[in-house]
Amino acid sequence: MTSSAVVQFQDVKFAYPNAAPLIDGLTLSVDPGEVIVLVGRSGAGKSTILKLVNRIILPLAGAVRVEGRDTREWDAIRLRRRTGYVLQDVGLFPHMTVEENVGLVPRLERWPADRIRARTRALLELVGLPPATFTSRWPSELSGGQRQRVGVARALAIDPPILLMDEPFGALDPVTRAELQREFARIQRQLKTTVMLVTHDMAEAFALAHRIGVLDQGGLVLCDAPESVARSRDRRVRVLLDTMSRAPETGVTT
Amino acid sequence: MTGLLHFWSTHRGELARLIEQHVMLVFVSTSVAALVGIPAGILAFHRPRLGRPLLFFANVAQTIPSLALFGFLLPLPFIGGVGPRTALVTLTLYALLPIIRTTVGGLQSLDRSVIEAGVAMGMTPRQLLFMVELPLAFPSIVAGLRVATVIGVATATIAAAIGAGGLGEYIFRGLSMVDSTTILAGAIPAAALALVADGCLAWLEHLVRSRRAPSRAPAIAAVAGLAVVTVLVWSASAAPSGSGVVVGSKNFTEQVVLGELMAQAIEAEGAPVVRKLNLGGTFICDRALRSGDMDLYVEYTGTAVTAVFHEEVPHDPRAAFERARELYARGGVTALEPLGFNNTFAILVRTRDAQRLGLRSIADLRAVAGGWTPGFGYEFLERADGYPGLSRTYGLTFAAAPRAMDLSLIYKALGDGRVDLIAGDATSAQIDALDLTALDDNLHYFPPYDAAPVVRTSALLRHPEIGRAMARLAGRVTEKDMRGMNRAVDVDRRDPGEVARRFLAGLK
Repeated sequence: MTSSAVVQFQDVKFAYPNAAPLIDGLTLSVDPGEVIVLVGRSGAGKSTILKLVNRIILPLAGAVRVEGRDTREWDAIRLRRRTGYVLQDVGLFPHMTVEENVGLVPRLERWPADRIRARTRALLELVGLPPATFTSRWPSELSGGQRQRVGVARALAIDPPILLMDEPFGALDPVTRAELQREFARIQRQLKTTVMLVTHDMAEAFALAHRIGVLDQGGLVLCDAPESVARSRDRRVRVLLDTMSRAPETGVTT
Repeated sequence: MTGLLHFWSTHRGELARLIEQHVMLVFVSTSVAALVGIPAGILAFHRPRLGRPLLFFANVAQTIPSLALFGFLLPLPFIGGVGPRTALVTLTLYALLPIIRTTVGGLQSLDRSVIEAGVAMGMTPRQLLFMVELPLAFPSIVAGLRVATVIGVATATIAAAIGAGGLGEYIFRGLSMVDSTTILAGAIPAAALALVADGCLAWLEHLVRSRRAPSRAPAIAAVAGLAVVTVLVWSASAAPSGSGVVVGSKNFTEQVVLGELMAQAIEAEGAPVVRKLNLGGTFICDRALRSGDMDLYVEYTGTAVTAVFHEEVPHDPRAAFERARELYARGGVTALEPLGFNNTFAILVRTRDAQRLGLRSIADLRAVAGGWTPGFGYEFLERADGYPGLSRTYGLTFAAAPRAMDLSLIYKALGDGRVDLIAGDATSAQIDALDLTALDDNLHYFPPYDAAPVVRTSALLRHPEIGRAMARLAGRVTEKDMRGMNRAVDVDRRDPGEVARRFLAGLK
């Protein structure tokens, strides 16, 4: 475990009240600029891991450190401003335009209006939505793919060092999904943001990850480069690999 | 319809005043309910442990019949009392439920992922509430406000029962006079008011929603501020104006006339009078008297002993009065000498039948009952001290089973010959109008209902004018007098104040 790790899980245990532990003995460390994709079946606690990072929940045992500091010691608001969050359902605010959605966190940070404008436009360009067309649209006027692009732009608004993504492309059709994955990989290369992405889609993991972590029974079965995961003989890893319809292509992002 | 238009045009000033009172009652109560209910709904949503009892309380308040709620609140300090204050509190309580409900419901129905996104973006609970939750729940909250307003317009008509004014005054007046024109004169503007208020809120909602987010807060703050100012100004102006003897009455013609009679007699003795006439029934008048909101009204001995004190009424009129006087005295209320008439049940027949058959008393009916059909009100038919006791006491057997009919129709049925005998009201205006005769209750079957002023003893001591004025009226109002005055108001449509003035002038 290097001290330069951006996010660090150390023997983390978490359980909701009156329930079996979801996370048990999880140890993991994420390096700056790395894309780590955590895969596992539904209920494996994938989303829970992300919520432990931005302090939506706190661990029962062990410690989660972000930028070297225990999440217990972080001010929740400050921490969340340093961790962009992208959900499967996007969660765009339906009463705000695309521009207002993207510019919300800068507004909370009290940026001057013209800086917010410039930033919003730049972000929309970055995610492939021409600002002239999209700034004044309402979320209800967007397609699923466009909505998710806005979601990514919003999460990146104040350039957070860490991006947490919870099955971000899960609700999209396969063609749009592949397109967004490609573009996301491009954006990530450009910004060098540290990314923690969870998914149940093994193909997505191979398309985006620098490292893939396979979750089972509340802990990591293995966490390694995609090539190594593809060669793994572990039964729990094979089960997940078998869900892929085609042979894994590795190295898309490397 | 022309009758209605005529009524409105002759009562223009009064109509405007009643509409204004009605609008104020609803506006103030709904505003207060919104100022309390929306934050309460937000609290209930975020703290379900607090929210559940809160909703339960609002639910319970909603199920209490409005008249009962008025009665409970009347004797309470600060919020009670005859007049708009009690009505405002009641209307506010009624408006709370729909507002809290829809606020909670609107917040609960928000998309979870939207809230989650807000939290994950590092919004404080406050920012989340004002920037996300409330704007998104806004349509639902407005829907609740609209429901509350429409309910408020409807319920405010009942506020007239406790002297708060409003369009209910026409409705109650019309009901007591069995005059549909007067009822409609109040009911139609009330319905129109409900539609207009609902439309205004819909328009306001549209206006607010079409504006951009930043300009919303000042607009809402302005409306809230306006509401607060109105509440303050109005509650100040609604406070009892000056001191004087407060004369009350129940909500039927005879009571209003008697209220006027007492008020004018006291004024003639030189004391200022505040009229709180047309209050909703025995219960409310009694509460008002005991809580000090009213100084005197006319009660009937039989009603006092049974309805107020829940005792059996002695059948001897004097004994009944003494009993009532004793019971009242324990509560600091003095029952003064009866006015002279007995508003008891009367067995009525057509005068021409009475003359033709020589009927003078109920006992005389025995000879003719075999061929007659009686008509009774539902209550009289059922009560042990109604028809069953009557037929037993006098040994009456009728040809046909008594017809049950509404009290308002019963006189007409007798006049038209559909029934031959009815149990009515001894002082009803219809007796003279339809040429009916009351038969003598020579066996004293019916309990006495002698009309007597009941006065707060403290008021009697503070204002000796009351005693002097009532002494002038004691024993001077006969049944015939009362029937004549009732008729002047109910049938000839004369003003109760004018009718009372004329009677007082004749007393000298």
